Amino acid sequence: MRVTVIDYKAGNLTSVLKALRHLGADTVVTDSDLSLVESAERIVLPGVGHFAATERLDRTGLTDAIRASVARGVPFLGICVGMQWLYAGSTEAPGQPGLGQFSGSCSRFAESAEKVPHVGWNSLDAKPGSRLLAGVEPGEFVYFTHSYKGPVTSDTAATSFYIEPFAAAVERDNVMGVQFHPEKSGATGLKILTNFLSWKAQVK
Amino acid sequence: MITKRIIACLDVHAGRVVKGVKFVDIVDAGDPAKQAARHAREGADEIVLLDITATHEGRQTLLDTVRRTARELFVPFCVGGGIRSAQDAEQVFEAGADKVSVNSAALNDPMLIDAIGRSFGAQAVVVAIDAKRDPSAANPVHEAQVYVQGGRKPTGRRVVEWAREAEQRGAGEILLTSMDSDGTRAGFDCELTAAVSEAVGIPVIASGGAGTVDHFADVFGRGKADAALAASIFHFAVSSARSLKEELAKAGVSVRLPC
Repeated sequence: MRVTVIDYKAGNLTSVLKALRHLGADTVVTDSDLSLVESAERIVLPGVGHFAATERLDRTGLTDAIRASVARGVPFLGICVGMQWLYAGSTEAPGQPGLGQFSGSCSRFAESAEKVPHVGWNSLDAKPGSRLLAGVEPGEFVYFTHSYKGPVTSDTAATSFYIEPFAAAVERDNVMGVQFHPEKSGATGLKILTNFLSWKAQVK
Repeated sequence: MITKRIIACLDVHAGRVVKGVKFVDIVDAGDPAKQAARHAREGADEIVLLDITATHEGRQTLLDTVRRTARELFVPFCVGGGIRSAQDAEQVFEAGADKVSVNSAALNDPMLIDAIGRSFGAQAVVVAIDAKRDPSAANPVHEAQVYVQGGRKPTGRRVVEWAREAEQRGAGEILLTSMDSDGTRAGFDCELTAAVSEAVGIPVIASGGAGTVDHFADVFGRGKADAALAASIFHFAVSSARSLKEELAKAGVSVRLPC
């Protein structure tokens, strides 16, 4: 299985690549080569940092290439900011659109006595029937580090609770995203990445 | 619900762990990669590797160690010691670390925090602070001082102010070590930890003084810590992060279990 990992120069890809390779995937990394997206069997968009950094995807043509591949049925996984990018946008960078696969926009956690960013291991409440989260038992923990989060909608595959319920995973057909870091979430995270890699895709 | 983190700390010198663990197979005692993997397997929520060599010649050894340790490690992994520039940090990230911890270099050049945060995100920058209460001050806790060189050299900076500045510059977490408590096994400095935790909006990792499971419960409660560093506790009080967390759960602390 060949996985195309998108590099948009926001943070470090080493951990994601390491986890994918550990699970037997061949990985190729691109920051501009559209052919690697057009021929991709799987696409992973990692991301830590600021939503504004996704502007690079538009500038390099990667956004359009990803949109086309996703429309053909290529399985796509966005991680952290990579998941947030699947929504219409984020209040972190107003004016910078996301891919718009899921309705609503991402926003910062509400002001409260709790600390923001939300850093640490939190439990998942997965919706039955999620393919991405198959085999993940209620209450399994995953590792988060983020200040912005996506709204809970009908496409939410799992929620977590910090200050308020938020979307921990989204999934519709071949488009998936996780707010947490599966590459840093021990056995649970590897199980989720395995589900993504073994997904039976129907690519046109 | 969010859980309190138990972070296993490995002190490494010239590629070997220098503080061994009583319960480990003696053959593996000195290898950071094996010890990190064992801690992760036994329930640690995160691994910190602190390089105490911190010499120029030792950098390549450290990077090799980080690379080997990160290879099969799928929990957050932080590396500290001798990181003096954004380039040093970049090498450590490329070797497989998720976070770097900076201490005296950030005090010398606070812009280092901004630089690493800008390139790698705030979540990747941990600012380590070695703190001592100031017994001569009106408020020894709030006027606690920042030290460097293992607690020998005062910097003239107040701990709470430096933690606030670190946050403003883009640090993602504070690793607070009480030099008064370190090595005493008499408990964390909960007053100091709470003072820092209340002063900043980012997580605070408490370090120094753990001798019993109750000390951890105390620093998560009264000390308002978000995480705690565990090192020598594995020599005498509990055998693993998992057993520490099982005891903490009984005391009502929210921890990642099963793990």
